[in-house]
Formats: sequence, C-alpha cells, structure tokens
Amino acid sequence: MAAILRKELADYFTSIRFIIFFLLALFASAVGLFAASQGIRTANLPEGFVFLGLFTTPGKVIPSLVALLSLLVPLIGIALGFDAINSERTGNTLSRILSQPVYRDSVINGKFLAGVVTLTVMIGTVLLLVSGFGLAMIGVPPTAEEIIRLFIFLVLTIIYGAFWMGLAMLFSVVLRRIASSLLTCLGTWLFFSIFILLIAPAIANAITPISTGSEAEVVRNVELQKTILRFSPNTLFSEATTGLLLPMVAGSLGIITMSQATYLIPNPLGFGQSLLLVWPHLTSLISLSAICFAVSYVTFMRQEIRAI
Amino acid sequence: MTERLAIETHDLTKKYDGTTVVDHLNLHVRENDVFGLLGPNGAGKTTTILMLLGLTEPSSGSAQVLGFNPTREPLKVKRLVGYLPEKVGFYENLTPRENLMFIADLNSLDYAEAHKRTDEVLTMVGLADKRDMPVSKFSRGMKQRLGIADVLIKKPKLVFLDEPTSGLDPEGINRLLDLIANLPKMGTTVILSSHQLHQVQRVCQNVGILSKGKMVIQGPIAKLGREALAGGRYSIAVETVSPTPQLIDVIRGIKGVISVEVQDNILLITTDSDLRSEIAKAIVQNNFLLVQMKIQEFSLDDIYMKYFRES
Repeated sequence: MAAILRKELADYFTSIRFIIFFLLALFASAVGLFAASQGIRTANLPEGFVFLGLFTTPGKVIPSLVALLSLLVPLIGIALGFDAINSERTGNTLSRILSQPVYRDSVINGKFLAGVVTLTVMIGTVLLLVSGFGLAMIGVPPTAEEIIRLFIFLVLTIIYGAFWMGLAMLFSVVLRRIASSLLTCLGTWLFFSIFILLIAPAIANAITPISTGSEAEVVRNVELQKTILRFSPNTLFSEATTGLLLPMVAGSLGIITMSQATYLIPNPLGFGQSLLLVWPHLTSLISLSAICFAVSYVTFMRQEIRAI
Repeated sequence: MTERLAIETHDLTKKYDGTTVVDHLNLHVRENDVFGLLGPNGAGKTTTILMLLGLTEPSSGSAQVLGFNPTREPLKVKRLVGYLPEKVGFYENLTPRENLMFIADLNSLDYAEAHKRTDEVLTMVGLADKRDMPVSKFSRGMKQRLGIADVLIKKPKLVFLDEPTSGLDPEGINRLLDLIANLPKMGTTVILSSHQLHQVQRVCQNVGILSKGKMVIQGPIAKLGREALAGGRYSIAVETVSPTPQLIDVIRGIKGVISVEVQDNILLITTDSDLRSEIAKAIVQNNFLLVQMKIQEFSLDDIYMKYFRES
C-alpha cells in the first residue's frame, strides 16, 4: 500500500488540479484575512477570543474565512476523489495494477489516504498562513484554549473534506464515466448546500403548519426545519464551526424565544461546553465519511474484474 | 511424468449471471513452454486468464499455477506471474520509466534494482531512447511494447500475453515474437492468447483451442494437424524426374506406405509414420533423381478453421 500511497501523493501534488485548488485556498486565506482586517475592530470580540475572530469575522461585503472554507473544502474533496477509480478503469490501468502482488483494498485505501494527506496539507497551510499573518496584523497572541479550538476545527474541516472525497470516490466506483461521477458529485453538493435550504421550510410547513401562530406551533416548525437541515453535512459543518470558533453565538444554536433572549447574558461558552455542543456534529460527520468509504470499499471489492 | 506443470486446472468453471463462460476446463501447460491459447471472441480465454491470476474467482473447479492456488494465494501467484491485458493502459502523465518504477515498487523491488531492471526491459523492447518522454505522446505500438516491458520487469516465471502484437508494425512483431520465443530460455513460461494464427504457429509448440468455454483440443501443433486434417497420416510430396511404374511399386513396397499418387514428376505418398529417409533411399538406390521432398505441414489456420466449421 505504501507504493500506491507514494504514487497517488506524487500524482496529486503534481497535478494541475491540485495547483489550481491550492492557489484558490491561498486566495481564500488572503480574502479571509482582508475581511478580518476590515471587520475585527468593530466585531466587539470578548477577551480571550480575539484571535479566533481572524477566522470568523466577515468584512463589509466579503465573507469570513470560515464561510469561504465551507464552500471550498467540499469542492477540494470532490476534486480529489471524483475520478479516483473510474479514471484507472477508462485508462485501462486498473487491471494492470491489480495483476501486481497487491491486495485489491490497498488500491482504494492508498487513494483515500493520499487524499486525506493532501487535504490536511491544504487546510493546514491555510490555517497556519492566516494565523501567522493574522498574528502580525492584530498583535494578539492566541490563548491555549483558542489553539485547541483551532486544532479541533482543523480536524473537523479535514473530516468534512474527507466526507466529500469519500462520496466522490463512491461515485467513481459505481459510475463508469468520469463526467457522470463529477456531475453527480456536484449535484449532491448543490442539493445539500442550497436546495435543502429551500426545501426544509416547505416540508416543515407541510408537516407542522403554523395556523394559530402559537409559540408551541412555531417551535415545532422551526425544530423540524433544523432537523431536516441537519441531514445536510454542510449544516453539520457550519453549526460545528459556530460551536467551536464563535463561543459567543454558540449558545444560540438551539431555539431562543424573544422573552428568553432578554435574559441571555452575553457570555462565551466554555471549551468543555462547546465541545459537548459540537460532539454530535463531529461524530455524525465522521460516521458519514466512514459510511461513504465503507460502501465504496465494499462495492469495489465485490466488482468482478471483467466488469472493471 | 517428470516435467513440471506451470498450469494445471481441474474442471475449472466460471458462470456470470447464469451463463457459463468457462466450462469444466482442464488445461495443462508444461514449464518453459510457449503455449497458444486460441479460440473465437467470447470463448472464455480472458476469463480463464483472470481466474488463473486470482483476479476473479472460479464458480467451481480448481487451478494450480506454479504450485499455488490462485484463489487462495493470489499474492504468491501474482508475485511470479506477469499479465499483459488486451487493452493495456499507462498513466499518461508519467514517463515510461516512472510507470515501470511504480510497477517495480508494487513488486517491492528496491530502488537500485528497480532502476536497473527498468533500463534493462526498456532496452529489451527497444524503448530505451524514449524512456523520459511522457506516455501520452506514445503511439499504440509503443504502448504495446511498453506493456511487454511492464510484464517482464518482475522477472516472471509465467506470463500471460493477451494479443501482444496488436498495433505493432511488421518489424516490431518480428522482434516481439523473437523475444517471446526466447523467454523459455530465461525460465519463463508463456501463455499467448491471440487471433494471429501464423504468429502463434511461429512461436508456440503447443496450443489449446477453446470454444464456448470448453477445450476443444490441445497438444503440439504438428500432431493436431495430422489428427485433424489427415486422419493421423503423414503426407509426403516427392519430386523426381520421369518416374516409372517400377519405382512406384518399390515405394509402395516400403512398410508403412499407404498409397502413392503420381502427378507428372511429383509423387504424393501417404504414410502412417515419417518415412522420408526410407523413401529417399529407395529413389536414389533405384537410380532416380531426387529433386526435392517435402512433408506436408499443417497450418494452424487450417486446424482452427476445421474445428470451427464443424461446431
């Protein structure tokens, strides 16, 4: 498997696709930093969480780094995985590789692992770059807690990217044509990032209509909407990001009525509480990635070579 | 039998969705042989090869490849066996050398050894001067030659070559066939699957013809030809100068001669064994001129066509 991992890594790092996405990631870091430089003074960040503001503060018109990453990371994941297996098939290289003394699962394991390493390098670079330049810009060093939060955010982002890569690989195992696997991936991404936002209220209104406008009805409706939205990995990621990097807002991930809000003391959530809050999101994302990988693994292992 | 078998299958059967692709196949290939695996499209040649490599599982029956069971010990088989698929593909963005180094790496050759072997095999197939040119610029024939290099890099004990000459120019075909014919001397058994029967005839001692997943015949080409086309008899054509009836009687009198036909100066003699020296002796001793003598050779085309006309 080491041989396949080596080759895949070499392939990824020399491909034009990687260079383009790497440049995009660098561009996103620059834009994110610029946004933070515009907004961080007026953001009114609590003491001890100023450094995190570099990642979460939007500018006047430009979105924050975290928002940019949540757009970019799925695309990087898809780009790394959508042709993993079917390109080998159309290039007639798969049967040649499989007739070498390697287990069949090493092929898919090696590819997945190489993808995770590539993702780690990309996202790690972005976070480190922004941290470095940001430190020079604001002059406030991160606290230990902020570093831990950022580290968990790094892990979360890698898992999020790995989920999209796993899904893309699944399509590359199941679908023979590279174009169809790419389109299916992008379609799925579009569905979970945009369409579900339009559909969720519609479904919620159909199942729990608000007729009297009573508090109980509204709460039920909104909770259902949130539940539907949480089927989307994009929602899971953005909620988990909020929980980790915006401890001030994190408390309001649930539903707060106006009457409750007046009693809300603006106080950042402790690290333990933040972690507790995003734990289900983290585990869901991990299990989603695992499911995607497992399904593609099993499908690949069971495919007859003739069909390959 | 003292000779070792490289491949031995026992009632090997493969079914895909209810259709039997390979049907109770019993194949025996000796070590250091060049064996031609023939048959029309869809006869099950590729499926047989895939089963022997352990890339696909047989539905029933068993196989032994170099003493290993390919279904249970695929890695041991694949370490010793090379396979050139009919449609061979390479990573287009890499150079031939990089492609081969990757295969060497998969075979756990160390770097120095891999480097040496890569240069050796590229020279063997005549691509040494193109080793640093990306494969995307290669022609079909060059890729095919690279495929041969790719198979040989691990010094296999057994190679399966599926249509190895497709896309090659006549000179390339000749070089490749010479290379194939020399492989047994280096301790490599060759299974050649091809539709180019005259090429198969040039390099293979033994052939097996598959049809609808069954082995129709297998054995040495000359023997198969006699059995299939001449009822097991030899046919010898002798050219002499104005033969007389006495000479014909003398030849008829040789033990083993079945019949003699005369066509001007040519005598067509049917025998049940190779009697060329006896016939030559009879002609010369009776003071006739022996201009030339030819034993009928059977072309693989004829053998092949006969079996498929019948079925």
